Amino acid sequence: MFLPPEIPVKVKVRNLNFYYGKMQALFDNNLDIAENHVTAFIGPSGCGKSTHIRTYNRMYSLYPDHRAEGEVILDGKNVLDDDVDLIDLRTRVGMVFQKPTPFPMSVYDNVAYGIRLKAKFSKKELDARVEKALKDAALWDEVKDHLNALGTDLSGGQQQRLCIARAIAVEPEVILMDEPCSALDPVATYKIEDLIRRLKQRFTIVIVTHNMQQAARISDYTAFFYMGRTVEFGATDILFTKPEKKETEDYITGRFG
Amino acid sequence: MDNSGQAGNASQWRDALFKISTLGSAIFILGLLAFMVLVLVIYAWPSITKFGFKFLVSTEWNPVVGEFGALTTIVGTLVSAALAIMIAVPLAIGVAFFLTELAPLPLRPVFGTAIELLAAVPSIIYGMWGLFTLAPLMGDYVEPWLEEHFGFIPLFSGPPMGIGMLTAGIVLAIMILPFISSVLRDVFKMTPQVLKESAYGLGATTSEVLWHVVIPYGRRGAVGGIFLGLGRALGETMAVTFVIGNAHELSWSLFSPANTIASTLANEFTEASDDLYLSALVELGLVLFLITFVVLGVAEWWLQKSAPKGKGA
Repeated sequence: MFLPPEIPVKVKVRNLNFYYGKMQALFDNNLDIAENHVTAFIGPSGCGKSTHIRTYNRMYSLYPDHRAEGEVILDGKNVLDDDVDLIDLRTRVGMVFQKPTPFPMSVYDNVAYGIRLKAKFSKKELDARVEKALKDAALWDEVKDHLNALGTDLSGGQQQRLCIARAIAVEPEVILMDEPCSALDPVATYKIEDLIRRLKQRFTIVIVTHNMQQAARISDYTAFFYMGRTVEFGATDILFTKPEKKETEDYITGRFG
Repeated sequence: MDNSGQAGNASQWRDALFKISTLGSAIFILGLLAFMVLVLVIYAWPSITKFGFKFLVSTEWNPVVGEFGALTTIVGTLVSAALAIMIAVPLAIGVAFFLTELAPLPLRPVFGTAIELLAAVPSIIYGMWGLFTLAPLMGDYVEPWLEEHFGFIPLFSGPPMGIGMLTAGIVLAIMILPFISSVLRDVFKMTPQVLKESAYGLGATTSEVLWHVVIPYGRRGAVGGIFLGLGRALGETMAVTFVIGNAHELSWSLFSPANTIASTLANEFTEASDDLYLSALVELGLVLFLITFVVLGVAEWWLQKSAPKGKGA
C-alpha cells in the first residue's frame, strides 16, 4: 500500500472512510501519492475511485450529508481537519472533470478565471499567464487567434484541454483528473495523455480511469479499487504484470468489471 | 400490403389532425390578441381623434372640463414598476440562491412552499395590508428617516405621507418577489453541478460561484423571470390602488401620491359619466397594452443583443 521510503510522498492517505449519508462508500483506504509522478486509480464503476479523489480537495464538503473520516495528509497537514481553508486547499489541489466544463465565457476568461480569483495582476502579466497556461495545455496554437470566442464553442477535446489550462493556470501542486478522456475520441485522448506525461514534471497528477491501457500507458503508480477498498497499490508495470491479489488479476485480465 | 397502407394512411391522418389542432390553438391566441386591440381602439377612438398625440404627453386630467392626458399615469406605472423590480430582484436572487445552495436540506421544501404561498395571497389582501400596516409605518418611520438622511435627493424630499409612489413600489415588490424567486430558483437549479464544482475547484467562494457561474449560465431564464414579474407589476391594479394615493400629479418626490394606469381605471371607471371620459379611460388601457408590449420587446431585443457570440450557450 505504501511507497518505498526513497520516493517523496505528496499525499498520504491513512484509514480514509467515506459516507454518503448513512451509506459507507470507502473503507479504510490507504495510499501514498508520489510527488511529480502520475498515479492512476483503476477499478470497476462504483468502486469509490471518484469518491476517493474528491476528498483530496474537499469537494465533498459542498454537500451537507457527505462525510469523510481518517487522514488525507498533504505536505504534513490533514486536509480533512475542520480548520483547513478550503479556498486555499482548492488552489493547491486542482481538478479536471469527466466532461469538459468550460464556463460560459471566452477562452481567455476561462483560463484567467482562477488567476483573477487568486490575485490582482496587470493586464500584461495576466496575458502572459494565460498564454503560458494555454501553451502548457497544448492548446495555444489552436486558439491564439480567437481568444475571445466562447469556450463552449470549442470541440470536445479542445474544451478538455481548456479545462486543463484553466486548472494549471493557478499553479496548483496536485491535479486531480476524474476520467478526463472518457468523453473524448481517440485522437483527443492521445493529446491529453501526451499532455499528462509532460505535466508530471511540474505537478503531482492523480488520474481516475476506466481504461486500463490508459493507466498502463501514462501512470507510474497504480491503485486498484474494489468495493470501496484500496485492494492493491504499486508501481504500474509491476501491478499490471505481476498483481499480488486475485481480484486485481481478475480485473486486469478482464474477468469482471 | 393493403393493411400497412391503411395503417400508414391512418397515422398520416392523425398527424395532420394533430398539426391542424396545434396550429389552430396558436392562431386562436393571435386572433384573440388582435381582437382585444381592435376593441380597445374602437372604444378609444373618440379620445384618440380628439387629443391625438397630445394625450401621451399632457399631464392634464380634468373630467369636469373634458381634458384628458395620460402622462401622469404612464410615469406612475413605469416608476412604480421600476421601483418594484429594483427592490425585488436583489432579494429574489438572494432567496433563490439560498434555497438552491445554502439552506439546510430539510428546510428547503419548507422555505420553497412558504414563498409559493406568498404568491397565492390575493392582491386585495396586499392592498389592505399595505394601506393599514405598511403605509402608516412608511409615513411615521421610513420616509422621515429617508428624508433626514437622503433629503438632498429630490426623490426623497417632501412631506412623508405614507401613501404614495414609494409605498406602492414596495407593495408591488413584495407581490412579485415570490414570482421572480421561484423562477430564479428553477433557473439556478439547472446549472450543472459539475460546472459549479469546477469553479469551487479553482478556489472560488460561494458568492463568486453565484455571480460568475450560476447567474451567467441561467441568464436567459433569469431575465425571462424578471420580465414576467415586471409585466405583473405594470398591470397590478387592486393593491396599487389602495396605497398609491390616486393623484393625477407629477412629482419628483417618491413620497407623493401618484397614479398608475391600472389604478386610474379601477378608480374611475364607475365614475365615467360621459362618452369622452370613458373613451379616455379605454385609451389608457390601450397605452398600458402598448407599454407591456414595448417592455417585452425591449427584453427580447436586449437578450438577443447581449447573447454571447457564437453557436453555443
